[in-house]
Amino acid sequence: MGTMATILLALSCSALLIYPIVRRMRRNGFFLAALPLAFAFGVLLPLGAPGDPVVEQLQWLPQLGLDLTFRMDQLSWLFALLVTGAGTLVLLYCRNYFDDEEEGLARFAAVFLGFGASMLGLVLADNVYLLFIFWEATSVFSFLLIAHAHKRRTSRSSALQALMVTTAGGLVMLVGVVILATMSGTPNLSEIVASPPQGAIATVSVYLVLVGALSKSAIFPFHFWLPGAMAAPTPVSAYLHAAAMVKAGVYLIARLGEGFAEVPGYRETLVVLGAITMIGGGVRALRQYDVKLIVAHGTVSQLGLLVMVFGVAEPNVAFAGLALLFAHALAKAPLFLVVGIVDHRTGTRDLRRLSGLGRQAPGLAAIAVLASLSMMGVPPLIGFVAKEAAFAELLDAGHTLPIAVLAFAVAMLGSVLTVAYMLRFLWGTFATKKQVQLCTIVHRDSPSTLVTPAIFVALTLLGGVLAPRFDSLLWRAMPGTGAEHLALWHGLTLPLAASAIVLALGTALAIFLIRGNRAVPVASERFTASHVYWLLTHWLDVIAVRLTSLTQRGSLPFYLAVILAVTAATLGGTMIATAAFPMGMPLFTSPVQLPIALIMIGAAFFAMRARTRFQAVVLVGVTGYGMAAIFALHGAPDLALTQALVETVTLIAFVLVIRRLPQRITLRASRWKRWVRAAIGGAVGLTIGALVLISMAARSADPISLQLPELAYLGGHGANVVNVMLVDIRGWDTMGELSVILAAATGVASLVFLRTRVDTLPKLGRRDARLQVQEHIRRVNDPKDPVERRTWLLAGRNLDPSRRSILLEVVVRLIFHALILLSFYLLLVGHNSPGGGFAGGLVAGLALVARYLTGGRDELGATVPVDAGRILGAGLALAATMAILPLFFGQAALSSAWIDLDLGPLGTLPLVTSTLFDIGVYLVVFGLVLDVLRSLGAEIDRQEEDDLETALDETATSRGGAS
Amino acid sequence: MTLSIPIVLVAVMVVLFAVGVYLLLDRSLTRVLLGFLLVGNATNLLIFLTSGAFGAAPIYGDAEPIDMSDPLPQAFILTAIVITFGVSAFMLALIYRSWRLARESEDAVVDDAHDLELVDAETLTTDEVTDEELERAPEFDELGADADENEDTREGRA
Repeated sequence: MGTMATILLALSCSALLIYPIVRRMRRNGFFLAALPLAFAFGVLLPLGAPGDPVVEQLQWLPQLGLDLTFRMDQLSWLFALLVTGAGTLVLLYCRNYFDDEEEGLARFAAVFLGFGASMLGLVLADNVYLLFIFWEATSVFSFLLIAHAHKRRTSRSSALQALMVTTAGGLVMLVGVVILATMSGTPNLSEIVASPPQGAIATVSVYLVLVGALSKSAIFPFHFWLPGAMAAPTPVSAYLHAAAMVKAGVYLIARLGEGFAEVPGYRETLVVLGAITMIGGGVRALRQYDVKLIVAHGTVSQLGLLVMVFGVAEPNVAFAGLALLFAHALAKAPLFLVVGIVDHRTGTRDLRRLSGLGRQAPGLAAIAVLASLSMMGVPPLIGFVAKEAAFAELLDAGHTLPIAVLAFAVAMLGSVLTVAYMLRFLWGTFATKKQVQLCTIVHRDSPSTLVTPAIFVALTLLGGVLAPRFDSLLWRAMPGTGAEHLALWHGLTLPLAASAIVLALGTALAIFLIRGNRAVPVASERFTASHVYWLLTHWLDVIAVRLTSLTQRGSLPFYLAVILAVTAATLGGTMIATAAFPMGMPLFTSPVQLPIALIMIGAAFFAMRARTRFQAVVLVGVTGYGMAAIFALHGAPDLALTQALVETVTLIAFVLVIRRLPQRITLRASRWKRWVRAAIGGAVGLTIGALVLISMAARSADPISLQLPELAYLGGHGANVVNVMLVDIRGWDTMGELSVILAAATGVASLVFLRTRVDTLPKLGRRDARLQVQEHIRRVNDPKDPVERRTWLLAGRNLDPSRRSILLEVVVRLIFHALILLSFYLLLVGHNSPGGGFAGGLVAGLALVARYLTGGRDELGATVPVDAGRILGAGLALAATMAILPLFFGQAALSSAWIDLDLGPLGTLPLVTSTLFDIGVYLVVFGLVLDVLRSLGAEIDRQEEDDLETALDETATSRGGAS
Repeated sequence: MTLSIPIVLVAVMVVLFAVGVYLLLDRSLTRVLLGFLLVGNATNLLIFLTSGAFGAAPIYGDAEPIDMSDPLPQAFILTAIVITFGVSAFMLALIYRSWRLARESEDAVVDDAHDLELVDAETLTTDEVTDEELERAPEFDELGADADENEDTREGRA
């Protein structure tokens, strides 16, 4: 892993590590936070000094063309130094700026470092997708930083606004970048720019990329988020909006300009938009009363100038543009820092309330004056040098490119405004005004807060004086020919005259506005881009709420109706439009189908119209039994058996519940609703019917089930193909089914019992039962007395005599054991003839039902002294064990083995291990029926008795109280 | 075997689906459960019909594989029947519970309260950020910030 990748990794890790450090150390943690960035600065400085591009590549996602390709040429090197250096200085400033009690310090430090890492990655990345990732990362981190004071509405709104604009621009940029990368065949930016693709699509994609760059650098019409973002704390404004983030767009434009300058309209678009931004920003800056807003709008204006200069896309002009960029960064950052100190010290940023600060804080004033002078373009500071170079190169380029002349003119005009608002800033912040009270010091700052702004300002001074030494660095970044040296004195040239005129006019304008106390007229708020943005988002919100409330009505029948109607419409519509309806299907293949069908249709129809619950349940049961008959008559004996048993248990469970509910169903929808429901039902039914016919007619290959019987017999040692499939060939389906049953049973129990899953039934152990019976046989005194009467069932005595039926008791006593034997028989022969674990378990469950219905819940407790949950768990455990066991013998899971026991005269007994699996299934099904009886039967009984008791108690007390 | 699906059985399936869906869309939970059962039966019939043609029971040795009913859909249906029973038991418990909680004379499907609230909401969260507001936003809390600047006000929410 190369140096650059290591640095980025180290910075990211330090962003994570700094969080607990700052939590512990509070303010002083910022010293440690500055270390990673300083370290990066120190490493990168010698790395790029020689001048050859340093390339590193790491494979990441070759399928997407996304590799970690880093390329540091001179331009990236300079930007990287700016990012890391400025970041270090601002973090040192933060140490004095924040208080120890400030909340969110650790988060701030971590996010700040994360932002630094992303910004560094952005300027170092060569792979365009990687660039995009870092681009978006900077948007996200700046969102977090702007919203640092997250309790304030303005912070949140501004942060959201910034995020939305830059991210939307980023997405548009992504489209353009992908197109360009695909057209050039390489994802590396340097290669794309070196051999740029041609054509209309390439032009469009270049403009798409420009949208991203312009939105990031706050150029008209995306400029409105930058003044809003000054709701951020001052260090954030200084770093993000002066030194780092907004420069990302300019960096991208600088890169693009090298290759795409000849794209039609490229230069004109950038120059015009930059011009509008510069003038607009400058005019608005003159209107502000908040000094931070003056600086913020000033930044917008300067960014317009930078984009204008880089938009001319000539190497010499770009060279001057680079100088302007660094001059701006070095001068604007200390201005923001100074504003922060002023706000901290006096408690206000309003220039109508600030007065006398210059005398109170001369050091601060000196720094601010120097920085402003650089912005205004006064020698010997770097701002003057850069502006001179810009004027010179623009005039030079104007010989071949007319657009450069426009740029020159607007640059002059904009610079006039710059001088004016900078003077206004200085006057507003530091001058002593007659009508205003001298401001008081609210908060004393230590002198060390001035260190960072002083360093920035010192750099501007050095840069100006030592410019000719440094311009070779800029030359190498923007390779071109014949650009003039940056120097303080070129002689009496036109650019010098231009600078002088600018200074003079600007000063005059400032004095004019200040003396006369005049305000600059600006168009009303309604025409600003910010207001348009708000209107767009506001209406988006309103439409979203309206649409959601229209479709999300909270009504389950409505949702179901929509889903089903859409399904029927799309499926049915497709079938009508495309498929041919198959002809030639027989009406019936066996005469007995007709009466069964008639009965089922009739039962369904009457179930629809039934008024009492019991009627409806029985009629639906009839359709279930009809299904069993259909299965029996069409070669599916296992199915018929299971369906009949399940239908019986379902009916019984149903009746157990509806005995508490009222008899009649009184809810009845309005007439037209019922017609709509009927229409949807009919549509769904017809669609599925047609679906079956059409899809079956489309079958052309042989079904695979032709091979299944042989597979079942030879591989599973069973003749009943369906059973072998369930426990062997498709055993995992059954495993899943068992889990579902377990979950359903637990759900039933928890819904009815509410508090516990464990049984509360009175249990009767075997010994106790035997003792009870023996004792009772000995002590029959009066056979006629119903209480003393002999019981046929164990718990029969506990039932209310009026509910006992002797006939039922005798019958159940006689058939119970036979039923259990039958269930075992079905379980064991299921492998070779119809039967199986499901049928066996259900028969045993029915035996249980019989005993419960006859003897009540005590009888149920006596029959099965084990908890239902344990039975279910045992069944599932057994099934799972049988599934995993073959793995220990080197076979696949759920394989089966068998031995044929030779019992001599009794014949051979085949023993197959999948029968054990079937026993697990048996237990689970039995446990389900037991749980259903416990909950829907016994517990409801008990709750009914409780309700009766409380009702009786209440009437008794009310009667007692009344009398 | 050649495909021969009896239309009569398809008609039964269609009717069961139609009635089942009609009942599913009802407000009374009991009817919903009955509709669910009918739709379950109809779906089992649907899977059964995909056998194509019917013949002897799929027991090895009883007939030629080509003359047997298709065992694959039968295995699916067996699983489905038992699971349907489990789900209907669960729904029965739901019916009981909701009746017991509501204590009214009906077990009805009620509308969701939160969804209904949304109708009254005018708009969500966007605020406009003007220069005047930015002027008034102080950077440091202790210096007498306006109360409503720091408050978490949400106008327009019901």
